[in-house]
Amino acid sequence: MTQDLHQLGVAELAAALAARQVSAVETAQHFLGRIGQHAELGAFVALDEAATLAQARAADALIAAGNAPALAGVPLAHKDIFVTTDFPTTAGSRMLAGYRSPFDATVVRKLGEAGMVTLGKLSCDEFAMGSANANVAVPAVGHSAATPVRNPWDTARVPGGSSGGSAAAVAARLAPAATGTDTGGSIRQPASFCGITGIKPTYGRASRYGMVAFASSLDQAGPMARSARDCALLLSALCGPDPDRDSTSLDKPAEDFSRALDGSLEGLRIGVPKEFLESGSGGVAPGVRAAVDAALAEYEKLGARRVAITLPRTELSIPVYYILAAAEASSNLSRFDGVKFGHRAKDYRDLAEMYARTRAEGFGDEVKRRIMIGTYVLSHGYYDAYYLQAQKVRRMIADDFQQAFAQCDVIAGPVAPTPAWKIGEHGDDPVADYLADIFTLPASLAGLPGMSVPCGFDAGLPVGLQLIGNYFAEAKLLNAAHRFQGATDWHTRVPQGF
Amino acid sequence: MSLSSSDIARIASLARLELAPDESERMLTQINGFFGLVERMSAVSTEGIAPLAHPVATIEDITLRLRDDVASEPNRREANQQNAPAVEAGLFLVPKVIE
Repeated sequence: MTQDLHQLGVAELAAALAARQVSAVETAQHFLGRIGQHAELGAFVALDEAATLAQARAADALIAAGNAPALAGVPLAHKDIFVTTDFPTTAGSRMLAGYRSPFDATVVRKLGEAGMVTLGKLSCDEFAMGSANANVAVPAVGHSAATPVRNPWDTARVPGGSSGGSAAAVAARLAPAATGTDTGGSIRQPASFCGITGIKPTYGRASRYGMVAFASSLDQAGPMARSARDCALLLSALCGPDPDRDSTSLDKPAEDFSRALDGSLEGLRIGVPKEFLESGSGGVAPGVRAAVDAALAEYEKLGARRVAITLPRTELSIPVYYILAAAEASSNLSRFDGVKFGHRAKDYRDLAEMYARTRAEGFGDEVKRRIMIGTYVLSHGYYDAYYLQAQKVRRMIADDFQQAFAQCDVIAGPVAPTPAWKIGEHGDDPVADYLADIFTLPASLAGLPGMSVPCGFDAGLPVGLQLIGNYFAEAKLLNAAHRFQGATDWHTRVPQGF
Repeated sequence: MSLSSSDIARIASLARLELAPDESERMLTQINGFFGLVERMSAVSTEGIAPLAHPVATIEDITLRLRDDVASEPNRREANQQNAPAVEAGLFLVPKVIE
């Protein structure tokens, strides 16, 4: 069965491994072989065959001893924003080239304790700042220079970002699953662009310990895989309180997020925000609208009821997000000073010049832009007008969701206004990328769980349906996604050549 | 409202970022482009609205946890200094700060 292993999902691989139809070492070798064959995608930035096989042998030993955890031997790959002891961690930045963490991120540790085997590290936008995975400063495996990640559905196009390497690898069957992080849509949008399934849990569910920090009040980890069922397994393994390591981690016990997968959708009220379906300039592309409408019709067949709702401050989420995220980034990234870790400039006259030059050399353009915006909105005289005002409007956006959830159980709409764009299409205009985040930012600001579920194609490019739940309603979201995947086959489509 | 090149220089200095002249110019255009988007946010009336920091505070009280003030980490100086650009005798080296 080894020649088709890459077509199996997490649940199927776990069953085959537990039944000893295949070993963890064979499975890891099979996926490493595929990763080597598809280096052109630029999805991986670090591999270490010896480290991967050592983890696989340990999983095989547990299986042989009969006391293996549920996901023993199932391979996955980590976004290069999670620190790992077995692999280098760069966060896509020259600043961290060659960095090796002395500890594992909590999410990495928990998935390791569930028996999973790490295939390697996946490319992402520098410090997770980007929507296209084109903003990478470190070389991919098999490339001599930094390269944008390519979308397996059309290699001239972006995979989305910032978890673009994760999405491309899962779509191309180079890994059955991957970790991602979502600050303003970085799990949902690449999942949508690459035709896979991904979920961002409620803010505070997954520990941020060992996730290279971008915007601490927004950053959240989550799984990316090919089905809601697989995402539920992974989410159950990676969530849980981390009281000593992450001060914003919530004191909510780990849950079995698979428990409600098969529940009936009879009577489920699906709220569709009118702001998410507006067409016209900057609005939703007709092909995306058609795929989302068809998905909503499918939900009605499954017994759900469509309810019109409004999220009136949807557009405001763009300035609010880009002010808050930049402010938090400017604070978080002040740790990169060339003293304790990371790059240090070679030539400088004094300490101040060492800092300024180190940061000039180590950070890319987008990171510098956000540090500048963040520094400005936090500076004396501007803090109230920008940072505090953004935090207040953030509350209004979060309150709008609570009003909407009085009328519906889940919210549905497109993940993004368009499918994947061409590499380089947005040119040198960062605002074009920011505007494309419009539908993922509101749930990020409110800290709500959100998913992307494949729901069709627009001219051959995948379209994702976004499902947003109320706080702690991940099991309900996964239930809605799983039932949809039982009635449709969009999530089983494979890009040609993979 | 529009930023000027002297604003860019001041912010870059606060952020400890050295910017080349062409970089500063590009940054000025792009940041002003972004602040065009911000005007609508500035116009929103937020009187009586409390700022939101931890998003789950929308529905319940969130107090940031404090742990007991006891040492919880073992001494791993060597492992922690492995990534440092310059160390000597267990100390991080920096250019002379005080004459």
